[in-house]
Amino acid sequence: MTNEFLPPGLALQKADERIMTLNVGPQHPGSGHMRIIVQIDGDYIVACDPDPGYVHRGEEKMAEYRNYITNIPHLERPVIHDSCNVLYPYVLGVEDLLGIEVPERAKYVRVICSELNRCIYTMYWLAIYGIFLGHSTMFMWPAGDRELLIDLMEKISGARVTHAHFVPGGVRNDLPPNFEEVCLRQVNYFEKRIREYAAVFYDNPILISRTQDTGVLSREDAIRLGVTGSVLRASGVDYDLRKKEPYDVYEELDVHSNVMKEGDSYARSKIPWLDMLESCNIIKQALEKMPKSGSVRVKLKPNPKGKGLNSVYKRVESGRGSLGCHIVSDGKVEPYRLKLSVGSFRNLIALPYLLKGEKLGNMPSVYWSLNYWPVEADR
Amino acid sequence: MSVIAPDFKFSKFIQSLISDVVWFVLIFSLIGFPIIMMVLFFIPMPVIDGELLTPFLAFTYLADPSRTLPVVQAFMETDMFRIMAFPGFGFAALLAAGTIFVERKMLAKLQLRVGPFYCGKFEGILQLMGDGLKLISKEIIIPAKADKPIFWAAPVLFVASAAAFVALIPVAPGWVVADVDMGLLAVFAVIGFFPIVTILSAWSANSKFPFIGGIRALFQMVSFEIPLILSLLGVVMVTGTLNLSEIAASQSSFPWILFLPVGAIVFFITMLAELERIPFDLPEAESEIVAGWLTELSGMMYGLVQLGTYLKLYAFAALFVVLFLGGWNGPQIVPQFPMEIVTNGLELGPVTAKIGGLEPILTQVITPEMINGVLMFVLKTVGVIFFILLPRGVFPRIRVDMLLNLGWHKLIGLAFVNIFIALALVYAGVLGPGGLQ
Repeated sequence: MTNEFLPPGLALQKADERIMTLNVGPQHPGSGHMRIIVQIDGDYIVACDPDPGYVHRGEEKMAEYRNYITNIPHLERPVIHDSCNVLYPYVLGVEDLLGIEVPERAKYVRVICSELNRCIYTMYWLAIYGIFLGHSTMFMWPAGDRELLIDLMEKISGARVTHAHFVPGGVRNDLPPNFEEVCLRQVNYFEKRIREYAAVFYDNPILISRTQDTGVLSREDAIRLGVTGSVLRASGVDYDLRKKEPYDVYEELDVHSNVMKEGDSYARSKIPWLDMLESCNIIKQALEKMPKSGSVRVKLKPNPKGKGLNSVYKRVESGRGSLGCHIVSDGKVEPYRLKLSVGSFRNLIALPYLLKGEKLGNMPSVYWSLNYWPVEADR
Repeated sequence: MSVIAPDFKFSKFIQSLISDVVWFVLIFSLIGFPIIMMVLFFIPMPVIDGELLTPFLAFTYLADPSRTLPVVQAFMETDMFRIMAFPGFGFAALLAAGTIFVERKMLAKLQLRVGPFYCGKFEGILQLMGDGLKLISKEIIIPAKADKPIFWAAPVLFVASAAAFVALIPVAPGWVVADVDMGLLAVFAVIGFFPIVTILSAWSANSKFPFIGGIRALFQMVSFEIPLILSLLGVVMVTGTLNLSEIAASQSSFPWILFLPVGAIVFFITMLAELERIPFDLPEAESEIVAGWLTELSGMMYGLVQLGTYLKLYAFAALFVVLFLGGWNGPQIVPQFPMEIVTNGLELGPVTAKIGGLEPILTQVITPEMINGVLMFVLKTVGVIFFILLPRGVFPRIRVDMLLNLGWHKLIGLAFVNIFIALALVYAGVLGPGGLQ
């Protein structure tokens, strides 16, 4: 059996006694639910082979056996911390297929939920980034401050994570009474807290000297490899779907996309933090411009397009970059085919390029700065 | 029937009480009693009223304090007491246990969480005991391809080296286990033993992550030992001795940190590296190499290494106190004992309460100076330990190349600057003979 038919890690290689093969993961504190096969020569990484698929759940195939409404709870499972954003393109796509116009207030509620979820996800990501660099305070602080926004989402949807709040035709429930004041207060406090992180984390000289100029992804390579989201913007490409292809009410809001030119681990880790500050700004704008009353959900009607294959592709800017959903409908109550195109998997492609020639000590910081969520990449 | 509160039976309760008593008596008579007798045979028994106390009559004079206290005093003057209890292992282990508790609570407060809370009535103070019991009761798993004798021996050797380090630390005037004239050299010898134990443990596990961790530990310890030794030469120059007790005694008016701050800073940083504390915890870097050289250790083997680590932490902090902060020197805040009450007894109306045998123990062994010295020493050591623990909440881990760069380029240079400062102070006559101290 030649090498190309064997799965990675089992392939026979020319023996070189200087090179040691390390299986980082899946049972490793620095891997997540996946395996990275790393070959090291001394302290330098010679080759790196990410091996996702450990938590593959067949979400796409499962979606073909459930109708459009029962698909909602399980489609948000890939990233439960970012569940509104994962569901967003699916809901937009179903609305497009049915030709429904969503009420104005529901659009604003969706934007608020989406930005809150982006912050919740990014805080979780930041906590893990902190512990990957051995900074235990940066693990505990975001994990604790995340509760503020989780409480807000619980007030809106009744669940701390996996909200299942977006439905085709709007959102499931209206906002609770007095929500605007509570939300503004908590978001203001949250913004104040995350600004304090700079003093202990982003301006920390040890952190800067560890992550600067490591795992540099140039602008050309970033475009060529097809990375998205914060990784792309850290390499100097101004590409934010909230600005480039505004969905719902993003075009009425003043969205600023954060771009850094360095393309190293430090820039990649700072962009999500800047995005969180921007999200707070968007939430405040949305709270101001939102219609104070009105319907948040329209009643669904039978498919007006009838039999025959119709397809739609919608994408949104999630916490990990562009997240697309391709739905093919044949007029039945179940989708004929559903495909999720996720940012995590696109960003993971860059990992072998970035880790080649790096030191082993840089592996966790480069790996996690790619804003990669193993469960989402496997779907 | 509830699962939480099963049926209560009085007979079973009495049965359990009796079984407890039986176990207590059995353990005491089989282990405790022989130990007491061995101690009594070991120590030189005192002579009271021209009569030599014999260990065979031990239980007859337990009730008489004028006979018990001289035995206690004789025990406190033995080497066994020094090694096992006061300046040696027991004292250090107590401080190390306190360090673990303070570290957990302090770090928890820094990180806006609670920390250990439920074990023990007050703020989870018994958490460490619970963890220790857990580690003891866990199964010890040895990797199949490990070099078993060395793998077994390494944790024990680690604790032994740490305990040897503790033995060299003078706590109060005259209270040191091993008062060697070449004390500082002995300290360097013991510190040089830690990398060997680490690499033995790491290599004998025959596993990849411990091996990488062991190599890292070797890099780190060897490259930081040189600035560590150089940074202490300044103190040796101004005192002219290698004996740790004499170095501590020489700082009766000023601690050396006032004159040699550069050396103190270099020593503190190298100390963090030798202790594998954050930001220098590369050998145990969790997200890169699981737990480094501790990965394959399980159960009480891991517990022993942790015990050794914290003993080492105490010993390094104490060494910093002895060399730079003046050891036991400090203002006398412990008042003198009321000796007339001790010698003449306390008159309580018609009765005079007097404990015979108390006077020699208070004038010869537990003097106010000794208590004050220990108090000063402990206060300073706790302060240094606090500053050793603090970076864990503030800094991320640094990388191997940055670590080696720091050790070989910056710290060695600073250590030489410190040596020149010490030389200048001695030759200018500020310190040394005819100088300030």
